[in-house]
Amino acid sequence: MGLAKRIIPCLDVDNGRVVKGVNFVDIRDAGDPVEIAARYNREGADELTFLDITASSDNRETIVHVVEAVASEVFIPLTVGGGIRKLEDIRRMLNAGADKVSINTAAVFNPELVREASGYFGSQCIVVAIDAKRVSQEGEPLRWEVFTHGGRKTSGIDAIEWAERMANYGAGELLVTSMDRDGTKIGFDLALTKAITDRVNIPLIASGGVGNLQHLADGVLRGGADAVLAASIFHFGEYTVTEAKQFMAEQGIEMRLS
Amino acid sequence: MLKIVVIDYNMGNLFSVRKAVEHVAPPASKIEVSSDPKVIMAADRIVFPGQGAARDCIQELQARGLNEVVREVALTKPFLGVCMGMQVLLEHSTENGGVDCLGIFQGEVKHFNEVYRERLKTPQMGWNEIYHTQENHPLWTGIADGARFYFVHSYHAVLKDKALASGETEYGIRYPSALAKDNIFAIQAHPEKSAADGLKLLENFMNWRP
Repeated sequence: MGLAKRIIPCLDVDNGRVVKGVNFVDIRDAGDPVEIAARYNREGADELTFLDITASSDNRETIVHVVEAVASEVFIPLTVGGGIRKLEDIRRMLNAGADKVSINTAAVFNPELVREASGYFGSQCIVVAIDAKRVSQEGEPLRWEVFTHGGRKTSGIDAIEWAERMANYGAGELLVTSMDRDGTKIGFDLALTKAITDRVNIPLIASGGVGNLQHLADGVLRGGADAVLAASIFHFGEYTVTEAKQFMAEQGIEMRLS
Repeated sequence: MLKIVVIDYNMGNLFSVRKAVEHVAPPASKIEVSSDPKVIMAADRIVFPGQGAARDCIQELQARGLNEVVREVALTKPFLGVCMGMQVLLEHSTENGGVDCLGIFQGEVKHFNEVYRERLKTPQMGWNEIYHTQENHPLWTGIADGARFYFVHSYHAVLKDKALASGETEYGIRYPSALAKDNIFAIQAHPEKSAADGLKLLENFMNWRP
């Protein structure tokens, strides 16, 4: 026995409130981050990720309060992503109780940020989020490029090379989202996660496309992921985290079960 | 009134540690996060956290004149080292080209890949089991043998005297993930991030009478 694979529910936060339906029967306020985080903790979530989707920069401070409130009550690792652009943003999140920050677009435009941040705060708290999309044609060897701005713009950078470079720059973990699969519920792009995890020696979180529990298990068993991230299957009450962990354990995956 | 001090030496954020300690401390406790030697010396119990690199930890302790203070309280008060706060208690770390540490436990801190040659992802990040090797240590009360704690680290302790390992964990190799002697308990994992079992360990520390 040894290190367990992780399940990470991801919550979108807009102006300090969790959005996109969280259907728990025992929750009074579906938008309250603390209540939702506590619920996922009770179900056995191994970590939580908050993605700040607040559009107005005036309201950016709200995510700091969310992190503080959650970290005061829920004692599992917390990652915050969305709008992290400079060292000062990272410091604010860590001081508020986040364990890791995830850097996405800013890493593409300023890769040195990853090097500086990991040097300054330690690799353990720097997650680089990679939004990757297949660009190879039918019959060609598979190739993915890194997209930015929520998957709308290509950077022209090869996703596998980028993953390697970010690991060399000191990223402690990679959050790899398939933009082809995101929202489709047909499963992770396993070829993508496998291609990265074969080349890069830091933990990888697979994301994008989960529609059922087999998809989560496949992310680990076939995609080589160390952790799996999902949003809608948990938020809309299709499955609990407890069920997901039980299912994965039955497939022979080492999980933290309580 | 129980005075608990979390030692602040600029190595990582202490928000979560403080909140977790507050969560389990007896109602009449006073919890302070401090780098002031006077405050630290006056405490009843010490929590010594840390994250980041060994060299930086030692430099920050030196810059604040805290080396001797930490050595002193580690020998005289209930003392809990967490993560880097455990590693710097050993004699030496191979991190950053080699760093001399506080030498409270005999032994060294090495990278996983120095010891285990096969491909192993570092940092080890996530929930791993701790097997109790000092089964009756009061800090394990109510915590199952093999319970999972949250770990994030690339370096691990190598003890000279294996009897001082209070818990062991497997990641490529089996290594000491908790150390204990006299009034000192130190753990590589993050109890403040290890859900119910982590809080239980912190609570046990509050009640510990070494």
